Amino acid sequence: MTTLSATSISADKDIQLIDARGPRFGALITTVVLAIALLTSSTFVIGLQLAVFALAVGFGPARGPYGLFFKKFVKPRLSGDVPTEDARPPRFAQVVGLAFALTAFIAGLAGATTVFAVAVAFCLAASFLNAAFNYCLGCEIYLLISRLTHKAR
Amino acid sequence: MKITSPNIVLLAATLGLASIYGIWHRSSRGKFKAAHTGVNQAIAPLVTPEEIENAFGSKLTLVQFSSAFCTPCRATRALLTDITADLPDVVHVDVDAESHLELVRRLDIRSTPTTVILNKDGHEVGRAVGAPKRQQVLDVIASLS
Repeated sequence: MTTLSATSISADKDIQLIDARGPRFGALITTVVLAIALLTSSTFVIGLQLAVFALAVGFGPARGPYGLFFKKFVKPRLSGDVPTEDARPPRFAQVVGLAFALTAFIAGLAGATTVFAVAVAFCLAASFLNAAFNYCLGCEIYLLISRLTHKAR
Repeated sequence: MKITSPNIVLLAATLGLASIYGIWHRSSRGKFKAAHTGVNQAIAPLVTPEEIENAFGSKLTLVQFSSAFCTPCRATRALLTDITADLPDVVHVDVDAESHLELVRRLDIRSTPTTVILNKDGHEVGRAVGAPKRQQVLDVIASLS
């Protein structure tokens, strides 16, 4: 009894599926890196994470640095069924991470320590939620952003 | 690179608050809540079949709002499709939230997936934010039928 509307984004044939454990592993590494950046107030460490986010956005989460590490070193050691997911939700999360990391990096270069700390803390909270609770950032904020950026007719 | 005590406090506070939010979030997702306002048959329907581009079910319509950047939307879609396949009077409709922003604003949909349950006249009788479990869907359909 299901009907997909003509504008639906859910045409399954168009969806690129990736191993869902990859982005979650990436979120774990990201959480550790961001915790180190926050503890040491390190612009250099945020710069590294910024590059990781940029590569994951550009090439897709499965082909970013943490995604490649997962594929080469972690995935071969895992057994059981491979849970899959659409590549777009984790990619969206990487875009959000990129925005926060870029803000923190610029603030770090400019010596704005409070802005740096707040931006890193938000980025850390999001990656920790993803790693610990399998939190779906795109589910929670994408529609809110759409509502804010598209004016009511 | 020096570790200062304000940074340790900030790290602990960030992880602590995120944990509290994460636990609350996990426990609240997928639960069906009854509509706040009583169903008044005199007022105009909240949603029309034209708006969701689909005919209503003769008893209930499950309107699922989805988006492209939403992993649990797929699982919710599969679950609701499966459940409604056996129920001739309950219809499941998957709506792309982004292309129905007017309806999204009127129903105050904030995240995806959100499943709004309409009665045969298009009045909201309940909703669940987040992916519901099979038993939660079966229970709410039974309680509203």
